[in-house]
Amino acid sequence: MDALAVDGVWKYFGDYPALRAVTVKVPEGACLALLGRNGAGKTTLLRILANLSRPTQGHITMFGAPAKGDSFRSKIGYLGHGIGVYDDLSALENLLLFGRLHRIADPEAAANRALDRVGLLRVKDGLAREFSRGMRQRLAVARAFQHNPKVLLLDEPFTSLDDKAIAVLQQLLAEARSEGATIIMSTHQLREAMELASHVALLERGKIVHFGPRVEEMITDPTWLYRTYGEQGQ
Amino acid sequence: MRDKVILTLGVLGTLLMAWNLNTISNLPNDALQGYIFRIIFIHVPAAITAQVFYTVALGCCIMFLLRKNFFWDSLAVASIEVGTMLVLVNLVTGSIWGRNQWGVWWAWDLRMTSQLMCFLLYLGYLLLRPAIAEPTQRATMSSIVGIFAYADIPLVDMAIRMPGVRTQHPQPVLETGTLAPIYRGPFGIGIIVLLLIGTALILLRLNQEHAKREIDSLRRQLHAA
Amino acid sequence: MKAGFVAAWAIARKDLQTEMRTRESINASSSFSLVILVLFSFAFDLEREAWLAISGGLLWMVYAFAGALIVNRSFAREIPNDCLDVLIASPAPPWALFLGKSVSAFVLLVIVELISLPVFGLFYRIDWWQHFGSVMGVLALATWGISVVGVAFSAVTVNIRLRELMLPVLLYPVLIPLLLGAMGSTTTLFGGNPDLTNITAALKLLIGFDIIYTALGVGLVEFILVS
Repeated sequence: MDALAVDGVWKYFGDYPALRAVTVKVPEGACLALLGRNGAGKTTLLRILANLSRPTQGHITMFGAPAKGDSFRSKIGYLGHGIGVYDDLSALENLLLFGRLHRIADPEAAANRALDRVGLLRVKDGLAREFSRGMRQRLAVARAFQHNPKVLLLDEPFTSLDDKAIAVLQQLLAEARSEGATIIMSTHQLREAMELASHVALLERGKIVHFGPRVEEMITDPTWLYRTYGEQGQ
Repeated sequence: MRDKVILTLGVLGTLLMAWNLNTISNLPNDALQGYIFRIIFIHVPAAITAQVFYTVALGCCIMFLLRKNFFWDSLAVASIEVGTMLVLVNLVTGSIWGRNQWGVWWAWDLRMTSQLMCFLLYLGYLLLRPAIAEPTQRATMSSIVGIFAYADIPLVDMAIRMPGVRTQHPQPVLETGTLAPIYRGPFGIGIIVLLLIGTALILLRLNQEHAKREIDSLRRQLHAA
Repeated sequence: MKAGFVAAWAIARKDLQTEMRTRESINASSSFSLVILVLFSFAFDLEREAWLAISGGLLWMVYAFAGALIVNRSFAREIPNDCLDVLIASPAPPWALFLGKSVSAFVLLVIVELISLPVFGLFYRIDWWQHFGSVMGVLALATWGISVVGVAFSAVTVNIRLRELMLPVLLYPVLIPLLLGAMGSTTTLFGGNPDLTNITAALKLLIGFDIIYTALGVGLVEFILVS
């Protein structure tokens, strides 16, 4: 069964179509790299998948069930442009909050585990405001992965990460994949994306112009995809 | 097609209004109030018609939230604009009447206070709209505010009628309960006149909203290219 | 359902935790109340009886201004780091978000009100401790009304440019019935020998207002947050 099936999704802002007839089926356990220029609709699509926005037309299902409601949102992990942590709470308090919202059985244990995985356990009582940028990014990653989501939605996760945070994120993504999670990741960092990706989709002006497995050419020459499937001469 | 309807309604309304004004000017003066009593034929119908349009707007706000069709949002804003204009007419005519009868331009009587509250509630709606650039957001937030505003109207009426809250409110003097038979005709026609002209204005405004949205979307498409 | 209330409580607790650490809302709001109380005392030069006659009105004007500051922060505090997005993307139902934030706004506003009350009593020589239970009852009901409408409008205005201006413009007209009820009953209670029929009508109004707007907020918040 497909982890995520997007069927004929249109999104209008006023009368302007940001997404046009987007249809894509992401198999379970896949890691989909969602590529496209700025303004192509990547963030719009991810936000719709995360239930932050409703499609104007079309359906989305996750494992066959409609992709909305509390039960659906408990299975997804979202990492958007903003890191989504509270500056005035400690790292532990941040994770406890989201643990409670995600109805984790033992939020304290889960929070400590997550902090350990991202290497923040020794500073768990420090306020997020006092962390360096890389540490805040790692806290955000801990938040997104804490409840072991089945589907991870990441919007340009590698942007402005330091090397330690990149390593942590890559590690966590690999672990999540080995546990059977499905990942959908939009990115400009083609190199990091291509290493992890099993599938690739290219969005151009709201339309999916290519969707398929990652091929060798994409790893050796990351811009190959744009040149092959994207608009010529741009 | 719609333009024909607007023209018909407008012309019909205007003709009817002219005829009604003629009837009204030929009525005998009121024993107590003198000439000014004639203001009732526009003052009260304005309030009634405004409430009709506000109720239409409520329906539109709910329909937009359910269906997400921008037609409902356009109809809502048009109805609220025309309704608010009518409330303003009501306030001004009431004030003129008050000056003539009581010697004050504003007396905080129950009716006028209630109408002023309506005006403020929907003024918020009208001020909110230009503050939101994105059309879907604007329509959604406006619909919410429109529903909140309408729900307040009965509460406002209840509040200003609370015993012992305000001792300065004169009872609404224009609310006499029963209207003398010779007044009922012009009164009823007064309401119909405002409904006709109001609807024509709403439809005009609807056209304007539609054109504005088209321009908006064309502009976006141009920038995106 | 129960999970929703757990989520609402987690969010209320989070708001109160962060507020207690920074105290930005409470400090600003209390200081503002103090300034307004002083300003009003300069605005009018009255005998004690006259102050008593306008006591409820004065107090609730101050509370209304303080309330706008508190509720304005309610959803505004979710903007840094895009926290609002992750809250909406969490399993917490939107109504739980709304209730949680209404509760935290309520608590914060009550704190500011209780701080302002003795100062008010001092400046205007009002014996606010008479019929304290009833005064607190009116305070609680009216403050809940301010909180739910304020939090709903805070969500509506969270992303717009002129948020600090638009929120009061939207909020105050809707609150007028509530404020009338609170003002009238509070003046009567401060007067010493309250006529129960007056209070009953006001209480009915306050309860009706609270029920209607809590229901509207809970029912409509999803449309506000997810569009």
